[in-house]
Amino acid sequence: MPPRFIRTVGWALCGLWWGLAAAQSDLELREIAPGIFVHQGRHELPDTHNRGEIANIGFIVGERCVAVIDSGGSPEQGRALKAAIAVHTPLPVCYVINTHVHPDHIYGNRAFKAPGVSFIGHHKLAQAMALRAPYYIDKAARDLGYTLTAEDFVPPDQPVEESMELDLGNRTLRLTAHGPAHTDNDLSVYDAKTATLWAADLLFMGHLPVVDGSLTGWLKEIDRLKAVPARLAIPGHGPAVADWPQAAAAEERYLNGLATEVRAAIRQHRTMEQAMETVGTSMRDEWRLFDEFNKRNVSTAFAALEWEDD
Amino acid sequence: MQTGILPRIWLLVTGIALSTLVQATDPQDEGAWTGALRAQYFGDRPIEEGNGVIELTAPYRAEDPALVPIQITGKIPQTAEKYIRRITLIIDNNPVPFAASFDLTPASGKADLAMRVRVNSYTHVRAIAETSDGKLYMSKAFVKASGGCSAPLGADLDAAMARLGKMKFRMDGDKAVLGQPNAVQLLVSHPNITGLQMDQISRLIKPAHYVEEVKVSFDGTPVLTARTDIAISADPNFRFYFVPDKAGELKAEIRDNLGKTFTASQTVTD
Ligand SMILES: [Zn+2]
Repeated sequence: MPPRFIRTVGWALCGLWWGLAAAQSDLELREIAPGIFVHQGRHELPDTHNRGEIANIGFIVGERCVAVIDSGGSPEQGRALKAAIAVHTPLPVCYVINTHVHPDHIYGNRAFKAPGVSFIGHHKLAQAMALRAPYYIDKAARDLGYTLTAEDFVPPDQPVEESMELDLGNRTLRLTAHGPAHTDNDLSVYDAKTATLWAADLLFMGHLPVVDGSLTGWLKEIDRLKAVPARLAIPGHGPAVADWPQAAAAEERYLNGLATEVRAAIRQHRTMEQAMETVGTSMRDEWRLFDEFNKRNVSTAFAALEWEDD
Repeated sequence: MQTGILPRIWLLVTGIALSTLVQATDPQDEGAWTGALRAQYFGDRPIEEGNGVIELTAPYRAEDPALVPIQITGKIPQTAEKYIRRITLIIDNNPVPFAASFDLTPASGKADLAMRVRVNSYTHVRAIAETSDGKLYMSKAFVKASGGCSAPLGADLDAAMARLGKMKFRMDGDKAVLGQPNAVQLLVSHPNITGLQMDQISRLIKPAHYVEEVKVSFDGTPVLTARTDIAISADPNFRFYFVPDKAGELKAEIRDNLGKTFTASQTVTD
């Protein structure tokens, strides 16, 4: 069967699906500070019911145009976000900022692809997308119940090397490309106008932090973020908004505890498998999805910290 | 691949859960093995299945598809009369099913191995032992690589690249027990880049760069010789045994697919 035919059928059916979704669900949004709108995700694993729509996503409105910050966990959620923006402002979207490569933050990208819209991401984002896309596409079909194609991953046309300023019209966003932390391609956004830090997945609240980059690197980047003069922060997973820097305390405690216990396990010549059974378990009650992510955090940390003593 | 797309769309429209689809294409199906891999690697030689000679242990749910800990336990002593001379590790549904093969000797002491592998999907993982009398024995485990949002690559490949070629041995305690199997761990820093990802998005995929051969010897006598492929996790890490008969030098020689070689050695005292 020619690929073109499949794509056409796919589009037609997606259109049908979108019609249904738009009719019943306006994406719930909260204006957490003037011109900053956040849709709060939920503490769940991505599955066929939530369709991967689990992260906090949203947008910031300037006087000239709108910046989307994370486009959604599914192509449908991307379209729903686009429709919701149009309800709140007549201004056009000029930027789509992808805070990192994870599916729950980028799968809505395609809805925003249009002339005049620039996609912004960490300078390592395009490579991370390319490396992960084939696996993510298979995984979406298996676990999320929809078909993705390469076109759903829109790589940044403006990579952020260290930092970048985006002017939305009398509102300047300062973007920072971080070192390996939650992933190796984390980007944070600071809105000076309202002293709000869009930390995305550099900040987990309630939902156990997931280390898919570097544990020690993440602790360093938290220190850096604590120096940002923000009053409010928006986590990638957690409430729509929280006080900064207090919001980072629980995450920092967990990551520090993980580092301390993994280092001790390595010193005691325990294996990764043994460490995965015990490390972190005293902090279990403080977090949602602990059983789903703690062991993998331990393994990632263990494999990296084994090299620490040289 | 393409035949799968239409049913998926159809299911989406009719609202039937994906689990139906999963049942239709049973993930526990061993078609890849029985249909191709078995003949490819072992021809029509008989293989006895069970855990009597060798046992593979793997987590049913892989927490991180980039780092799945696998243990292989030899159930017979490595004596000059009879020993496990080769263990082959196959991951059925990986893009390259052959993960590694390990040649062992009586000097290995025990045919116990542990390592970390990449697992791309739901798959059987199997270890096939060949004993010195030429017989084959197989132990297998089913692994569901879930791992949330991570991918089977490695979290921080740049860090591994920066350390490229660094190696170290780790032993329990600083003294070896002579005449007994001693556990040792070999750590190799190497990104083990698969080079396999289809570059549908950019031109940024690096070509394959992975460890192809690992040779460990004690005072010149081979202990472990491995042929490895891209299923081995970034920063390859092997645990195995060796039997020192006196103080001496444990040596590892690594070669990657680009022909780069790295060596490390460790003095073993009694
Ligand atoms: Zn994330």
